[in-house]
Amino acid sequence: MDVKNILLVGVGGQGTILASKILSDGLITAGYDVKMSKVHGMAQRGGSVSTQVRYGKKVYSPIIGKGQADILVAFETMEALRWLEYMNPRGTAIVNDYQIPFALILMGQIDYPVGILEVIQQKVKTTVLKAAEIAVQLGNAKTMNIVLFGALVKAMSLENIDWEQAIRNHVKAKTVDINLEAFHAGLTVT
Amino acid sequence: MRKLLTGNEAVAQGAYEAGVTFAAAYPGTPSTEILENIAEFKKDIIAEWAPNEKVALESAIGASIAGARSLAAMKMVGVNVAADPLFSFAYTGVNGGMLLITADDPGLHSSQNEQDNRYYAKFAKIPMIEPSDSQESKDMIKVAMEISEKFDTPVLMRMTTRVCHSKSIVEIGERQEVGKKPYVKNLAKYDLMPAISRKLRAQLNGRLKELEQYSNETSLNYFEWNESKIGIITSGIAYQHTKEVFEDTVSYLKLGFTYPLPLMKIREFATKMETLYIVEELEPYLEEQIKQAGIACIGKEKIPNMYELNPDIIAKSLIGTERQRVQYDSASIASRPPVLCAGCPHRGFFYELSKIRNVMVSGDIGCYALGGSAPLSAKDSAICMGGAPSIAHGAQKIFNKFNENMRVVATIGDSTFFHTGINSIMDIAYNNSNTITCILDNRITGMTGHQDHPGTGFTLQGMPTKALDIAAVVKAVGIDHVRVINPLILSTVKSALEWALSLDEPSVIITRWPCVLKKQSQIDKNEFGNYMSTCEVKEEKCIGCKLCIWTGCPALRFDKGARKAKIDPIQCVACQICVQVCPQKAISRVGK
Repeated sequence: MDVKNILLVGVGGQGTILASKILSDGLITAGYDVKMSKVHGMAQRGGSVSTQVRYGKKVYSPIIGKGQADILVAFETMEALRWLEYMNPRGTAIVNDYQIPFALILMGQIDYPVGILEVIQQKVKTTVLKAAEIAVQLGNAKTMNIVLFGALVKAMSLENIDWEQAIRNHVKAKTVDINLEAFHAGLTVT
Repeated sequence: MRKLLTGNEAVAQGAYEAGVTFAAAYPGTPSTEILENIAEFKKDIIAEWAPNEKVALESAIGASIAGARSLAAMKMVGVNVAADPLFSFAYTGVNGGMLLITADDPGLHSSQNEQDNRYYAKFAKIPMIEPSDSQESKDMIKVAMEISEKFDTPVLMRMTTRVCHSKSIVEIGERQEVGKKPYVKNLAKYDLMPAISRKLRAQLNGRLKELEQYSNETSLNYFEWNESKIGIITSGIAYQHTKEVFEDTVSYLKLGFTYPLPLMKIREFATKMETLYIVEELEPYLEEQIKQAGIACIGKEKIPNMYELNPDIIAKSLIGTERQRVQYDSASIASRPPVLCAGCPHRGFFYELSKIRNVMVSGDIGCYALGGSAPLSAKDSAICMGGAPSIAHGAQKIFNKFNENMRVVATIGDSTFFHTGINSIMDIAYNNSNTITCILDNRITGMTGHQDHPGTGFTLQGMPTKALDIAAVVKAVGIDHVRVINPLILSTVKSALEWALSLDEPSVIITRWPCVLKKQSQIDKNEFGNYMSTCEVKEEKCIGCKLCIWTGCPALRFDKGARKAKIDPIQCVACQICVQVCPQKAISRVGK
């Protein structure tokens, strides 16, 4: 099979890395070659972050190029727009309808840009979900990342992998149940 | 067993399997996790944070001379600090195998420059290996130890950000116990007096000849024969990017051992190829040597000599192809620059510093570099680790000599103070300038993700140890005027700065409060208590003056419509800087 490219983007602290670890773990148990790339350092302090996961029979470069991502999972709305140029025009965007203000907004100089979701929907096949609301309804706002992960699994048609085990391997024992609920909630989003 | 590991994790596993028993480092992105992961092998490997990279390398050299396999790891600029022992240890050679790992940062993700440390191998005359993924990162440690002991030389392993931080699959193995070689006193080998060094210098040339032969024979340098129209010589992550573009349509000479170069293999490859490309990230390190050997090739004519390389650049430069992209208007995308965290103990200090006129602020490397960003903007320069006080000293001397009304304030972190800041402050005391040094002591190495240092009271492997008293050290190196303050109290910060500015002698202000993200030890809890809560804005009192907003706290936002400040309770930890700034007393701590 060809190599598949998944790009997870968001803002530092949103849990993109945990989601990509669970993803990579499951893909390896399913027998794929996997490479995952992220950059640490200064950007983690509230900056824009991305994690790239590539899988297939044999993967060489760990980097996803512009126009190459089969799936873009944006944990924050504007971050989807920032990384849109990395998407394959025939790919799918999963966008969290969730806004994190940035410096100019915090300082009251501008408002959060409007119409981002519409721009993305016009350009690529898009699934919009309110993962934060779903996670809060489940009882733990922090499981937002796993809700998005569930939506990703569905979009990639990877439901046949044992994700429950992969999730168990990566979350604290006492949060396993709520994370599994979040995963299933994400899987059923349409 | 197969595991998905970062290059750094794989290096740690490799060190374990290769029988390494001593490892030291100073934290620095992208190298930090190498020692953090080696530290997990508590039973078999002594793993230590050193105060700086020079000390890390020296202690690893000592372990090697005593007979153990050892390594030191650092980011690329750290090798500049460690260069002194490196160049000389190349002369003596090793007893137990010794490896220096340099983690370069093409693209400057987290660094002050973009130096290509492959030149260090050539400069110091030591062999170099370059892994291109995690499996190689692990396997090459074992090979490096064998090379080191066989040829009696330290070995340089050059990694890059994408090798260090990318995960790929690694086959896990067992530890090979090598024990310790006997230590035998040998002045003719280890005592670098000029007469001895002169002899060792000649031996070094002989060793490089042997290593070049090894380079031509080793399986670390291998051919992948395909079509002969295009041949590509490449190494490190550039190999993976090149394979991504060309797969098996071109032939490769993949170099894993890159100093000395295997010129015979390269010549053999070149004669069979119609066109020879050199694909390497950053400088034309391979290309220069290959061209010097009279072999025609194309390199930096096509591939840029700066920033990170990627498959797209290679495809566009060598075959002119570009992937189709989504076209859209990106004008509305705002940048998200990194900021000091909500509750960062540096904020109050920089807030007060930013209000003082006629000062030059000499900054350093660490989270507090962000005190230079808007709206605090309290920084004029930042050059290198530990340099803030000495750079401030030189500047202050010149301002004074030319009678300019300018005071210089150095800002430096606790870990950076221990790194090389102590020497710089000694210079201020010794050569006597009225420089003001502010040591922003957040009780941990912050930027690289919370590593212990000589002031925290714990070692890398979690053992309680002596916690150096920064104030006592500063006094001991000759500073008479020292104040230790709580940076969360703005009036204290202000009066300390005024006090220092009034002095005509060197002074040091130590702001002591833990990083807001730090996992607090019992010692921290005893000293600082559990201060965390949240603050809130009483809307009826807020007049929309935005003074709180100008502290740059990411938990604060200004509601343009209502013209009121708001606090995000999830981010706020009640450091109360904004409480002190508000002229209307509209902000208060919740509860209590």
